[in-house]
Amino acid sequence: MPRIGVFVCQCGNNISSTVDTAKVAEEMSKLPGVVLTEDYKFMCSSPGQDMLKETVAKNKLDGIVVAACSPHMHEKTFRKAVEKAGLNPYKCEIANIREQCSWVHHDTTKKIGTAKSIDLTRMVLERLKRNKNLTKISIPVNKRALVIGGGIAGIQAAIDIADGGRDVILVEKEPSIGGNMAKLSETFPTMDCSQCIMTPKMVEAELHDRIQLYTYSEVEKLDGYIGNFSVTIRKKARFVNEDLCTGCGDCWNKCPFKADSEFEHGLTKRKLIYTPFPQSVPNIPVIDKERCPKILKDKCGLCEKVCQPEAIDYTQEDEIVVEEVGAIVVATGYNLMDEARFAPYGYGKLKDVINGLQFERLASSSGPTGGEIQRPSDGKVPESIVFIQCVGSRDESKGVSYCSKICCMYTAKHTMLYKHKVHDGQAYVFYMDIRSGGKRYEEFTRRAIEQEGAMYLRGRVSRVYEKNGKLMVQGADTLSGSQVVIEADMVVLATALVSRQGADSLAQKLGIGYDKHKFYSEYHPKLKPVETITGGIFLAGSCVGPMDIPESVSMGSAAASKVQALFSADMLDREPITSKVREETCNACWDCVTACPYVAISKKEIKNRKGEVIRMVANVNDGLCTGCGTCIAACRSKTIDLAGYTDEQVYAALNAF
Amino acid sequence: MSDLTKIPYYPGCTLNTVAKHFEESAAVSAKTLGFELVELEQWNCCGASFPMSANNTMGLSAPTKVLVEANKAGDTVTTLCSVCYNVLKRTNKVVKDDGEKRRVINDFIEEDYDGGLNVVHYLEILRDTVGFDKVKESVTRSLKGLKIGAYYGCMLLRPFEDMGIDDHEGPTIIEDLLKALGAEPVDFPNKIECCGAHLGAGGKEGEEVVSRLSACVMRSAVGSGAELIVTSCPLCQYNLEESQAEVVKNVAGYSAVPIVYFTQLLGLALGQADEMLSLDKNKWDVRELLKDKEV
Repeated sequence: MPRIGVFVCQCGNNISSTVDTAKVAEEMSKLPGVVLTEDYKFMCSSPGQDMLKETVAKNKLDGIVVAACSPHMHEKTFRKAVEKAGLNPYKCEIANIREQCSWVHHDTTKKIGTAKSIDLTRMVLERLKRNKNLTKISIPVNKRALVIGGGIAGIQAAIDIADGGRDVILVEKEPSIGGNMAKLSETFPTMDCSQCIMTPKMVEAELHDRIQLYTYSEVEKLDGYIGNFSVTIRKKARFVNEDLCTGCGDCWNKCPFKADSEFEHGLTKRKLIYTPFPQSVPNIPVIDKERCPKILKDKCGLCEKVCQPEAIDYTQEDEIVVEEVGAIVVATGYNLMDEARFAPYGYGKLKDVINGLQFERLASSSGPTGGEIQRPSDGKVPESIVFIQCVGSRDESKGVSYCSKICCMYTAKHTMLYKHKVHDGQAYVFYMDIRSGGKRYEEFTRRAIEQEGAMYLRGRVSRVYEKNGKLMVQGADTLSGSQVVIEADMVVLATALVSRQGADSLAQKLGIGYDKHKFYSEYHPKLKPVETITGGIFLAGSCVGPMDIPESVSMGSAAASKVQALFSADMLDREPITSKVREETCNACWDCVTACPYVAISKKEIKNRKGEVIRMVANVNDGLCTGCGTCIAACRSKTIDLAGYTDEQVYAALNAF
Repeated sequence: MSDLTKIPYYPGCTLNTVAKHFEESAAVSAKTLGFELVELEQWNCCGASFPMSANNTMGLSAPTKVLVEANKAGDTVTTLCSVCYNVLKRTNKVVKDDGEKRRVINDFIEEDYDGGLNVVHYLEILRDTVGFDKVKESVTRSLKGLKIGAYYGCMLLRPFEDMGIDDHEGPTIIEDLLKALGAEPVDFPNKIECCGAHLGAGGKEGEEVVSRLSACVMRSAVGSGAELIVTSCPLCQYNLEESQAEVVKNVAGYSAVPIVYFTQLLGLALGQADEMLSLDKNKWDVRELLKDKEV
């Protein structure tokens, strides 16, 4: 016969105002197996916990029900207390008579609340009688981290983890780290030069003893689970031997062929052997294999001839590397929406209609014009520029319902950069609302409007067209209630920030969630903003949603601190509430494999004594299983059961109702 | 000629009257391209743009009756007038998607129509059924050298989510047709702006709106280099034709350009004689330009 104690908590009057707790205790005492009941004011208080511990020890109880608040609140507290009293913590169960009873019933005669509390407690009691002793799962932690994405968020995360004494692998798919931030001219609201604050970070990442860079590389596959991931990385062929190359530049100086520069967003050309920008990290070029005539049809080969260290290797192939890590930070950043979708604004057709990142390059001292604002068509310094905000953002018809968040600020910055460089120039801004929440942000936009002479017009632009060499911007000024046509020399579109191209396929490889915009999903948007549903994988930066630099940096550091916490112990404790497969009855239909959202179930071979495979069964990886129960619902042969929530326990609870 | 594909055709009020030349040129071109417009045996006015105002379920009964008739004739119905196209296509969508309105309308007109019909504009037949490549092959008199502004107006394209005939902000279907005919389409900013539509019927103020908006369209087209404007809607055609004299008068340096239906040019390119296309019915005659350009 079990020896169970039932402790009913009054929770001050949170429970006792609509539940007669003494009556609940009394009813429980009548049930078989219950040797002791208590009706107590605050079970979670220190005296309450002490009382619980003492009672368990004194009465040699082998099971505890605490009828109190939600298990989310104090299950851990009570389990810890009984563990100290020598009982297996999983022999302590919570009956939720607060959130699911007293708080939702207002009957002060306590009739309803008391009756329901008795039912709820009895159900838990019957379940508890079938509880088994469970032991926490202990898994080893490989204390190396992988950071995917070498923009500012990823670099920050990598540096912070490395500074904490852990090895980090930083994977970047472009030939250089730096991401979008490396393209910016100045940053709001301080107007400090982006490259001046970015390049030291990039170099720090490159030179850090504990950071290993994989540029021009992509994550191909992920196996394993928290603490024990195995990452397959594709190092794309650079056609340049990284160990031999000195970054002297002879090759790209001599290369006779050009293509549009991705880094400069097509504002200028680059060679076919190139580094994306002069401060590239690493300063090792790649060959554009889609265009290089040597690679395509074995013609030219000039770069090889001029390369003194003989680093050029046309035969190089993609290399597959497998790295073992314990935690992953995903920081893959954003793209700008494809402006081709804005036919009325003429992007792609009218040369002087550009996007925000192109303007950054024009304003950047390392950009194609050396920082002088010149319009792309003829190099003329524009006398007026119209900036159009919310191009795509907050526009359901373009599939973007959200605000891109940074455009109000960077557009204000653009107007100032323009004014600082072209004193007589006039900036116009079409906006929907000005959203400048953030430290010193509102002051910044006010400065653009009030001190730097930008003309802000509230309204949408319907079209941009060319007339007599000018760009005619036709729009509404809703504050004056009139249609306006502004003659401009250049138009800058603040196009929506969208998720990185291929974000969805990467998420599928990693087993993390994403929303309908393909931004990655946090475990909890408020309280677990850097965690994902998959243990050991963390998020940083604008792969989660539009984000500015300070936020991306904070999130990079936050993700790093989560990784550090994970790495602080040699072994990792995991809840033993995981699926268990009864191998005898598994008929290998693999519905569970399909159903599992965590990729925790694999196929296992059963061999006979001769070592021949005689059949296959499902096998649950305890490290990955979160105990969600989806596989159990999918299993036709009732082969899978959830430890701590077995069918037997659940049916016992239901039958007790 | 018996092997022509027969396509049920709803003319609507104007195509039998003021826009007869639109219909005639479309019909004769169709035959050259291997299909025949077969007018519905019975039809009534679609209600022009009025049924599409908000919460006007009753107004949808007239266009639904047209759809019911068309449904007897086949699984597709075509129109030439942009307004008819707009009203029929959108009404059909309402009947198909909105169960409650479908019930109310069917109860009222004592029919049982489910919205299964396919409503297409004549342009869509050229593009999707015939194919512009085939149109190109059939050209016997190339419109080479003609710089043409394709004016869409609004009803052909809007509301975007209901119509879906082409890219909603940068349509090219008429330009693509014109290219197939050998002409040189001229892109101009106001090609999908409104001409003023029915407002001209609304007294002096309305007339002013029409002449202002139509003037914008023509100035924009001509300013972008168009020597000729084509329309796809009797209402657009009417508004532009009626407003041009005033533009000539008021705008220095503006000289009038011919304004014709796209089907008239189609007929020309397919080798039809001028009389078959009623080129004399246009207020701003195209024939002189054709002669000048040696088309």
